[in-house]
Amino acid sequence: MIELIGLTKQFDDLTAVDRVTFSVAPGEILALLGPNGAGKTTTVRMLAAILRPTVGHAFVAGYSVTRQPQEVRRRVGLLTEHPGLYLRMRGKEYLDFFGRLMGLSACERERRARELLARFGMSQAWDQRMGTYSKGMRQKMALVRAMLHDPPVLLLDEPTSAMDPHSAKLVRDAILSLRHHRRAIVICTHNLAEAEALADRIAIIRRGKIIALGTPAELKARLLGPPLMELRLTHSTDGVVKLVSDLVKIQMKGDDWLRYSTPEPEEINPLLLRTLAAHGVGIVTLSEVPRSLEDVYLRVVEEGQEWQR
Amino acid sequence: MAAVTERVRAATGEPLRMVLTLMGREIRDTLRDWRIVVPTVILTLFFPALMSFVADAALDWVARYGAPIIGERMLPFLLMIVGFFPISFSLVIALETFVGEKERRSLEPLLATPLTDTQLYLGKTLAAMTPPLLAAYLGITVYLVGLYFFKGWTPPPILLALILLLTTTEALVMVSGAVVVSSQTTSVRAANLLASFIIIPMALLIQGEAIIMFWANYSVLWWIVLFLVFVDVVLVRMGIHTFNREELLGREIDELNIGSLWRTFCKYLRWEPWLFGLDLQKMPAWLRWLGMLGGLYGRDIPTILRRSWLALVVVVIGLLFSAYIGCDFAARYQLPPEMLRLEHVSAETFAELPAVDWLPTFTIWGVLGNNVRSLLAGTLLAVFSFGTLAVVLLMAPLAIVFFFVTQAAHVGYNPVLFFAAFVLPHGVLELPAASIATALAVRLGATFMSPPRGMTVGEGWLWALADFVKVFIALVLPLLTLAAAIEVHVTPTIVVWALGG
Repeated sequence: MIELIGLTKQFDDLTAVDRVTFSVAPGEILALLGPNGAGKTTTVRMLAAILRPTVGHAFVAGYSVTRQPQEVRRRVGLLTEHPGLYLRMRGKEYLDFFGRLMGLSACERERRARELLARFGMSQAWDQRMGTYSKGMRQKMALVRAMLHDPPVLLLDEPTSAMDPHSAKLVRDAILSLRHHRRAIVICTHNLAEAEALADRIAIIRRGKIIALGTPAELKARLLGPPLMELRLTHSTDGVVKLVSDLVKIQMKGDDWLRYSTPEPEEINPLLLRTLAAHGVGIVTLSEVPRSLEDVYLRVVEEGQEWQR
Repeated sequence: MAAVTERVRAATGEPLRMVLTLMGREIRDTLRDWRIVVPTVILTLFFPALMSFVADAALDWVARYGAPIIGERMLPFLLMIVGFFPISFSLVIALETFVGEKERRSLEPLLATPLTDTQLYLGKTLAAMTPPLLAAYLGITVYLVGLYFFKGWTPPPILLALILLLTTTEALVMVSGAVVVSSQTTSVRAANLLASFIIIPMALLIQGEAIIMFWANYSVLWWIVLFLVFVDVVLVRMGIHTFNREELLGREIDELNIGSLWRTFCKYLRWEPWLFGLDLQKMPAWLRWLGMLGGLYGRDIPTILRRSWLALVVVVIGLLFSAYIGCDFAARYQLPPEMLRLEHVSAETFAELPAVDWLPTFTIWGVLGNNVRSLLAGTLLAVFSFGTLAVVLLMAPLAIVFFFVTQAAHVGYNPVLFFAAFVLPHGVLELPAASIATALAVRLGATFMSPPRGMTVGEGWLWALADFVKVFIALVLPLLTLAAAIEVHVTPTIVVWALGG
């Protein structure tokens, strides 16, 4: 549905996007992460056929962004970095205007607009001037505009910024439901928890280059090492360490707990539990120590570690 | 997905509908801004009514002092003024609709729609023009109705048509100029500053029109309309080129990056070494400069001339036209025969030439300096006139040459011999050199209207400038030097030999 091949954008001396290659399948959400000025917005603008790549190709819904930009724009819903609403217009006029430009019939425009506003809890905004909207409402209105023509591809730049937790959840649910309807979605965000919750795959971009690409689990495993397991016992770890270290490498230990890492938890953990049980060791819990995407992100971005699957 | 395909089909066949949709939105938005609506209403209804009252009173007053002509001339002048005042708002609206939207960040969602760059341009331009123009027409109507009731005066239909045309073309100049200005800035503040480039010439034009109105030579106003139409075409063309997604979003700050401009210019200035296919690496190091020379004269300059073919054609047409003008003027205004007594021409005649104030000193450096100065002045003018004034400046001396050639024929000399003796010896080098330099100057000016495909206006201009610099230094200057040497040392001898006493 979305395919980028060596996509590059040069502004005078600045290479904003440098040979970016990835693809997004229908029903997949890809989160594009990176510091400010990394090239996320430029990448999205090229995918929306607003900016022309200097080098490379991109295909969106089967159309080339360079050769068929209008076809691409008809099939893309773009949520821009800033909502960019016309504040003197009412919600209904605004959506009607964009619906017309997208080629929707009058009935369809009204039906889709009302349906989406209701979905985001914005029905009351239909007849209100957008200048009176709160920041969150403006963001939701911009999202409704992007989704109005039911595009097969959505490019969402900071979709939940400025939203209260309830609104943000509504938007996240809407995005997840779009995945079920086989829409290809690219999200640019600084909200790493959101990216982790929504995205099937993560691409980290720095200075215009993709420096990491994969599922959250893959990124964690490859960048932070094998999963870290924590074993809590009913009594002291004395005498147990020997049994455990025959099977895995212990990383840390306390009075009644220890942590170890293993690249093959599916095989090692049952074996370890059987061994401990055979020696009559009382086990409270065996769990994976959670590692956040933030750890991955900070490590990749700060250290500039280049890795691509 | 079938629904999408159906919608695509519906949208594809309706480019005009897209323009009108955009225009409708922009006009509604404008009409909701009281800062635009209130002054427009005042200028549309109150001001013209006041003007018709003032005109009525003024007519009576001047008639009492035996100067009714002043009153008669004032009526058409005020007609023009009541039309112009409302359209002055079109500039403000255009700046607001183009750069204001960019500043408020509401442009990007619009750029993400299937609208083409041209549809965007047309929709916004029409939206910026329509309300002020309708206000202007309404203002003119109010003024005329008032005058009809006060004085029973109605303008001649031709004058009314002229005023309507002037008003419309002026509005388009301001709007299309505002688009060009807007595309170079990212803030309304900067755009307002740059708008002086529109306001000042427009103010001068209105003053000129006012003088013409009092002079009552309305036929001159048709030429002004024609000129405005030409400026409209140029500005609209420039606007369509500059108002595109790439320029609008690629330019996020107004900073002038001198370093980057210089590097781009240097990049265009470079050329590949070449020497009849020889492997330059195998040549002795001290001979490799021949490759640079070969590359410049064998490859680069011919390529530049090939890509300047259209400008060269324009220059040649201009020169042919100037020859015609020279001959035509000579036929209409014949000089007394004694002024062209060539039998008395001698070597001393040429030596005395510096005594004529406006001629350069008759030395190689004098002639060369004069030619170089004229061509560089033409190039400078070309930059500000989309290339046109460079051609005009080159046409002037050729028109003079052909004026004298024709005069010589009238007096009884052989015009071919006259031309061959006076012009050809040095002209055979000077004329091609000047034509080439002028053609490159034309490109330099015309790039603003039509940058090369795939280049921004700035890149295109730097490319044309690099071409001009290279060709001027490597080809034009040597040819002009040689021509100057011939003009000073050879041409006088030939003239004296062929025509002298």
